[in-house]
Amino acid sequence: MQPGSLDPTATDQSRHGDVLLSVRGLKTHFPLGQGWMGGRDVVRAVDGVDFDLRRGEVLGLVGESGSGKTTLGRSVTRLVEPTAGVIRFDGGDFRRLTGKELRRARRRLQIVFQDPYASLSPRMQIGQIVAEPLNLHRLVPPSQMKERVLELLGRVGIEPYFIYRYPHEMSGGQRQRIAIARTLALQPELIVADEPVSALDVSVQAQILKIFLGLKRTDGIAMLFVSHDIGVVERIADRISVMYRGLFVEQASTDRLIQSPLHPYTKALLAAVPGVVGEKRPRVRVRGEPPKATEELRGCPFAGRCALVEQVCRDVTPPLEPKAPGHDVACHLVG
Amino acid sequence: MLLSVRDLRSAFFLDEGELWAVDGISFDVDEGETIGLVGESGCGKTIVALSILDLIPYPGRVVSGRVSFEGRELLDLPPEEMRRVRGAGIGIVFQEAAAALNPVYRIGDQIADVVRLHRGLDKHEARREAVEVLGAMGIPEPEKRARSYPFELSGGMKQRAMIAIAMAGRPKLLIADEPTTALDLTVQAEIADLLRHIQDEYRMAILIISHDLELVAEMADRLMVMYTGRLVETADTNELVAEPRHPYTQGLLGAIPVLGAGSDTPLEGIPGAVPDLLDLPSGCTFHPRCQLADDECELEAPPLEGVMHRHQCACYKVTVQK
Repeated sequence: MQPGSLDPTATDQSRHGDVLLSVRGLKTHFPLGQGWMGGRDVVRAVDGVDFDLRRGEVLGLVGESGSGKTTLGRSVTRLVEPTAGVIRFDGGDFRRLTGKELRRARRRLQIVFQDPYASLSPRMQIGQIVAEPLNLHRLVPPSQMKERVLELLGRVGIEPYFIYRYPHEMSGGQRQRIAIARTLALQPELIVADEPVSALDVSVQAQILKIFLGLKRTDGIAMLFVSHDIGVVERIADRISVMYRGLFVEQASTDRLIQSPLHPYTKALLAAVPGVVGEKRPRVRVRGEPPKATEELRGCPFAGRCALVEQVCRDVTPPLEPKAPGHDVACHLVG
Repeated sequence: MLLSVRDLRSAFFLDEGELWAVDGISFDVDEGETIGLVGESGCGKTIVALSILDLIPYPGRVVSGRVSFEGRELLDLPPEEMRRVRGAGIGIVFQEAAAALNPVYRIGDQIADVVRLHRGLDKHEARREAVEVLGAMGIPEPEKRARSYPFELSGGMKQRAMIAIAMAGRPKLLIADEPTTALDLTVQAEIADLLRHIQDEYRMAILIISHDLELVAEMADRLMVMYTGRLVETADTNELVAEPRHPYTQGLLGAIPVLGAGSDTPLEGIPGAVPDLLDLPSGCTFHPRCQLADDECELEAPPLEGVMHRHQCACYKVTVQK
């Protein structure tokens, strides 16, 4: 290990302090309108999730489309109002905040979206886009505004002459840099990053991922980093949670989860990642689809696709429990 | 030699100017071979496929070059003949199965149409064959699924149905353009398995086109790397991955977050972004992003030349080993 480089084993304890975000029993259900028999269908996008995120820690959230990972990120920031559960942000009850208090808390809890084409106003110049949150929260006096904006753009590798340009004049990677600069303007303590590199070409994706790594290492910003790409998450996350049909099925430190996954779904997911020649992983395949999120869950959500399934799996939903130190798994068959 | 493409050039004639999506590409596909074409978005890889099949939409067209398939010149064929080549000679699978399937026809009927057109079976036989093909593509309960409409199938099943349609004409070459891109990881792996299985079973050649180098490397015997309408490197898969020579290929490989590398492994991107095809840099189009570039690279585009056995590279800075 190089002097001055981060010791990965130290990240869990010494570098991270107290719990910044604590989520318990979080559920977000979306009504689907009136059913024809008078019943009301709901989509159980997030169906009971617990987790803690410490200061400066990056929790990676992986799962396939429809698993609820995006909704979880939005629920945590209350862009979508959760149906039930508790969210404590820096000790305070985040779900009860309103008005001015909510705005103040939101400054510290920011979100970066997947699509940098949709998340920037097409009618504003880059300089205005980055200055807007500073103005709204009155963080910088007008006389120092330009200096601060240029400083923020510098942090994300955007040249000063871009401040008078419009988003449509920039590439996807540049736009995502702008979105990050705008987020960074508020000096947040927590960033929910929702598939922030998924829309980018692989050569550009690595550049943006590097910026996020800088936010983690230099600024000590905690992150909930949502992605379907486990390889991307591996590079940035301290811990990884695997989501399936609205629930966490496994959670462990990054290296542990990738080297020794315990849940059959996580194993299948990792086996499905193509490997560049020379390091082929064993092929474990799962067939079929996850159960519909409109149906109330009975038993394990993965039971219908699991090769090891037993009767208990069909009857009882397994809780997410510690099966090894720092390694939680929701599976009846993991001892 | 099953397919031979020579100096293929295809352009779109837009109000803003001429957009050369394919700018002088040559390659061969042998019978039973799987060859991968890799590149980032907008490099023109899909237009290569559409050029081969003469399916480029207006205002684009193939401007010059030769495409010969089983010894026949495809670009000279009358439309009627070309239609027979598509399906019976060359099958194609697109990324968006949902968009490629006809939403108001049952899956079985869409396959039966292909069978009747290309293999001359009667209606009854064609139906039976459709069910057979669906089953061979790993679709459970094929009799039932043949009667389904596309909206009743999941994304993975739709892609299997799409592959079934492409296979129904028993083509010698299957072109698969981003066949797994819109799908979830576990479903992606199933479709990749299916394509491998088809290849073994039917001894068919496959041209697989994707932005995902890892996916293509797992499937293809040989790889071609494309950048701004040109091939910059081609080699056998193992060699290309182990010993990439072109700075772009090297950068691309270094940018992939390979799973299991460990959380502290640095990831290097390539500086800058893929240039706009309407506003390309002079000379080697990669030179503004290349660390090895000098004056020579800005003047003229380097030709694709052999650097080792079965390994070609288009770069002035790569030394040739004979």
